[in-house]
Amino acid sequence: MTNQAVVVRGSSRPGKAATIGLGMILPASVLILWQTLGHYGIISELLFPTPYTIAESFITLAIAGDLWTNFRISAARALLGFLLGGGLGLLLGIVVGLFRRSEKLLDPSIQMIRMIPSLAVIPLFILWFGIGEESKVLLIAKGAFFPIYINTFMGIRNVDNKLFEVARVLGFSRMKQIIRLVLPAAVPNIMLGVRLSLGLSWLGLVVAELIASSSGIGYMISDARQFADTPVVFVGIIIFAIAGLLSDSVVRLIERRLLRWKDSYQG
Amino acid sequence: MGDAMLAISNLNKRFDTAAGHVQALYNVDLQVQEGEFVTVIGPSGCGKSTLLRIVAGLDSGYTGSVTLEGVQIGGPGIDKGFIFQEHRLFPWLTVEKNIASDLPLGNKEVRQKVDELIELVKLKGFEKSYPRELSGGMAQRVAIARALLRNPKILLLDEPFGALDAFTRAHMQTVLLDIWRTNQTTMIFVTHDIDEAVFLGNRVVILEPRPGKIRNIIPIDLPYPRKKTTTSFQELRLKVLNQFEKVDELELTDGAGI
Repeated sequence: MTNQAVVVRGSSRPGKAATIGLGMILPASVLILWQTLGHYGIISELLFPTPYTIAESFITLAIAGDLWTNFRISAARALLGFLLGGGLGLLLGIVVGLFRRSEKLLDPSIQMIRMIPSLAVIPLFILWFGIGEESKVLLIAKGAFFPIYINTFMGIRNVDNKLFEVARVLGFSRMKQIIRLVLPAAVPNIMLGVRLSLGLSWLGLVVAELIASSSGIGYMISDARQFADTPVVFVGIIIFAIAGLLSDSVVRLIERRLLRWKDSYQG
Repeated sequence: MGDAMLAISNLNKRFDTAAGHVQALYNVDLQVQEGEFVTVIGPSGCGKSTLLRIVAGLDSGYTGSVTLEGVQIGGPGIDKGFIFQEHRLFPWLTVEKNIASDLPLGNKEVRQKVDELIELVKLKGFEKSYPRELSGGMAQRVAIARALLRNPKILLLDEPFGALDAFTRAHMQTVLLDIWRTNQTTMIFVTHDIDEAVFLGNRVVILEPRPGKIRNIIPIDLPYPRKKTTTSFQELRLKVLNQFEKVDELELTDGAGI
């Protein structure tokens, strides 16, 4: 009769190794091509140092300890900015999403601030907060704030009204309605916001460090540029790429765990 | 009749739409005794869902009086369990957590009652499954368990088996009658299936549309468990069917049931 669980999942999915291998094809071919072209002098070594030269430079920097120091400083800035901006975005997104009155009060101003480009406020931030950590963290926080804010707000407003009816019939208190219905239902949107915000945090970090800084990966890049030390510029770029990818993977892992209940197309 | 558990008297409900007024319910009078199983049947648009939603406290803006144990119904609450046509489980909660919903599963009393209900609705072994892993019938049984956990005075069911296939539906009817016998919960069951109405109810309330009002109430004094193939069952079924032919409303009207 009906006493059987329906397992929803295809059987012909590629294995983990195959999936990773699939993702490696494109970067690996580019690297090989790049190395070959550089090796035979077809492209300029100064503008496009070969992957081998970049790796050498990476190892030198790593051994000297510069790399690790700069990375730690950068990562701390990005994380702090993300936590500050993202946390505030989540909080305000919830408040504005839940209460129409707070939406009327806050949302127009927030949308206005969103439209101000970060680059335009950098001079002000430097004047107000100096070139110390504050201006950088706040700049990153400004970028990280909006994706979480907007997606949390949207997630809350998209909660199925039919489930609200259930909550009423089951006699949920207002508090339980928020904790047990609104927030779990908004988690898919919130996680999307977290991913976007985290990406923007790394981007904001680069902007902040390139413009006014005396430490961090961004500073390392701008410093190397002045001495035309292109391999180091590439090392910096690669580190940003890897750090961004890793942090995104962590969030996706959390997302998968939180959204196990979702029944959606898996590709 | 004596003191009815649920007393509806002179109930009128009108929907104002852009096209004009729709009289959804017109002078409805109905008493339901404690422990009774009342089925409500009628074509689309006869106001049967509206009637149920008013009793649940989900719809307001009516005139007349609706009292549960002598108290006018204010809003929705756990004393009036409600089963929707769709299961409406929380997709992010497992079966047992859905049943508990806002109550803590860590509480010994809640835990024990949840386990008992899982046994009652025959879902042992699926406590940790998510709604997406359940069939329609199983999900609806979880919804019933969720309502029963709150010890409702009355259980209101709005075409709960309407979306299920015929076999699952027959099985669910038996399960529901088992629950009714075990818990002796008062039930009002809305359906558009004549067999279902006669099979389940102590009384069948027949509504007619435009305006939605009670055409007739037919007592079904067949002992449980009933068999749909017996002649006495078929006679009562015909009696109900005849009511529809009188109003010439057998073919269902288009549009969503109000």
